[in-house]
Amino acid sequence: MRDAVAGFVHDGDTVVIEGFTHLICFAAGHEIIRQGRRNLTLARLTPDLIYDQMIAAGCVRKLAFSWAGNPGVGSLHAFRRAVEGKGPAPLEIEEYSHFGMVARFSAGAARLPFWPLRNYMGTDLPRVNPRIRTITCPYTGERLATVPALNPDVAIVHAQRADAQGNTQMWGLLGVQKEAAFASQRVIVVVEELVDQSVIRSDPNRTVIPGMIVHGVVVEPWGAHPSYAQGYYDRDNDFYLAWEPISRDPDKLARYLDEFVYAVPDRAAYVRKQPGLTARLRAEERFSGGVNYGF
Amino acid sequence: MAAVAARELCDGEVVFVGIGIPNLACNLARRTHAPELVLIYESGAVGAVPDRLPVSIGDPALVTGSLMVCGMADVFQSILQSGRIEVGFLGGAQVDRYGNINTTVVGSYERPAVRLPGSGGAAEIAIHARRLLIVSKLSLRAFPERVDFVTSPGQRHDGVPRSRLGMPGAGPVKVITDRAILEADEATGEMVLAALYPGVDEADVRRDVGWSLRCRPRLGRVEPPTATELRLLREVLDPRRLYLKG
Repeated sequence: MRDAVAGFVHDGDTVVIEGFTHLICFAAGHEIIRQGRRNLTLARLTPDLIYDQMIAAGCVRKLAFSWAGNPGVGSLHAFRRAVEGKGPAPLEIEEYSHFGMVARFSAGAARLPFWPLRNYMGTDLPRVNPRIRTITCPYTGERLATVPALNPDVAIVHAQRADAQGNTQMWGLLGVQKEAAFASQRVIVVVEELVDQSVIRSDPNRTVIPGMIVHGVVVEPWGAHPSYAQGYYDRDNDFYLAWEPISRDPDKLARYLDEFVYAVPDRAAYVRKQPGLTARLRAEERFSGGVNYGF
Repeated sequence: MAAVAARELCDGEVVFVGIGIPNLACNLARRTHAPELVLIYESGAVGAVPDRLPVSIGDPALVTGSLMVCGMADVFQSILQSGRIEVGFLGGAQVDRYGNINTTVVGSYERPAVRLPGSGGAAEIAIHARRLLIVSKLSLRAFPERVDFVTSPGQRHDGVPRSRLGMPGAGPVKVITDRAILEADEATGEMVLAALYPGVDEADVRRDVGWSLRCRPRLGRVEPPTATELRLLREVLDPRRLYLKG
């Protein structure tokens, strides 16, 4: 992870660590904080706790997003302090809805300049985000909204497994991981398990990201905690609840970063630091049936 | 409020589930009168049958045993925008006279007094769902005449009805609160008082609504939750009181 972040994530980059609730790569976020990256533009549908931590750590200049909360709990307070003008540094925001962000990644993945969608009429979002525009359909004459393509410098995608070439398989909620990867200039894949290519080839429909677009593969078990990896470990809902008082108090948040980010060299140390974590969250078994790929 | 909201869902309907009380209500409906309710979450779970109440709309329990798990591009383009969603179900920090919802900012956008999470999928759900249900606790702060920011459009925007703005869905038809149910007036799109909870009178509701609230000619009476609904809510669905208060 250290080498991947050092090699592929630079100051000033547009960085996407995607994953909709599922497979959010906290390990990569923490490594970016440790290496002191600055002036990043971060994009994600749901900034989640990891971007709250990166904002608090001073890595972020700008945020493109569509829902900035702590799901089922409340606010991301470092984000709120920055936007409400109460934080140490200003934060520029570019705001969409989920559909808008999904469409931006779709356009980016297809290397189109924009994506049309039937949306935003009657909302105030285009008023505050001039990059949401409209176009007249050349076939029907209908007025449609458009959003600009998003082509990040680097996407970091967490997944259950990949082979050494980066052929990456995931299951469970897929979010926009595929579109984010295809939209980006550089792709880092972080996996729970490295597997032999024969495992990938035995079930090719489960491959979401092909190795040909991947620049680096990092093996990092528990790298998504407190997010989760279906079939590996559950979401740490207790931590999401605990984040509310931590994030609300800048001093507590700074202490959290000191203890769980700066003071640990890597993810393995982070996991060791929390005895009982793996036993508490390890997934139970619910295997799928498997299919016949023969011909 | 969750029990009352659950009763608005019919068995077999396809519902797009939002976070919070809507999530609770949909799961209650599925365990009571609507076992064939198709729950679709913006995270990509279609026909979800969660064993535990999902804390977030991306909970792993939504995946296990569901009918389909798809990417979010499919959710928003092929399912929502294509008109497959019968009921949308949203909460809101602010709801106004025409059912416009604000989940973005209190105060001005540029210098917000309170920054809220934003749209998520709410804007497009309000635009595309064939009908929309809103759940929100009644208070003067939550029910202003005009919201500070329109995140998710209601029946009218700047005086223009939603059909003229090109929105496919019917928009908010009901607002379910903790003391009354409001409904969109068919002619004007305005939210009017339609039914009262037991022990609540018109004046109680008017006091906490920021516009001159009109009433249906005959007000309905909301039935209190049954023992089964209460047991399911308190003991099965939300034992940790994530959404339920008291």
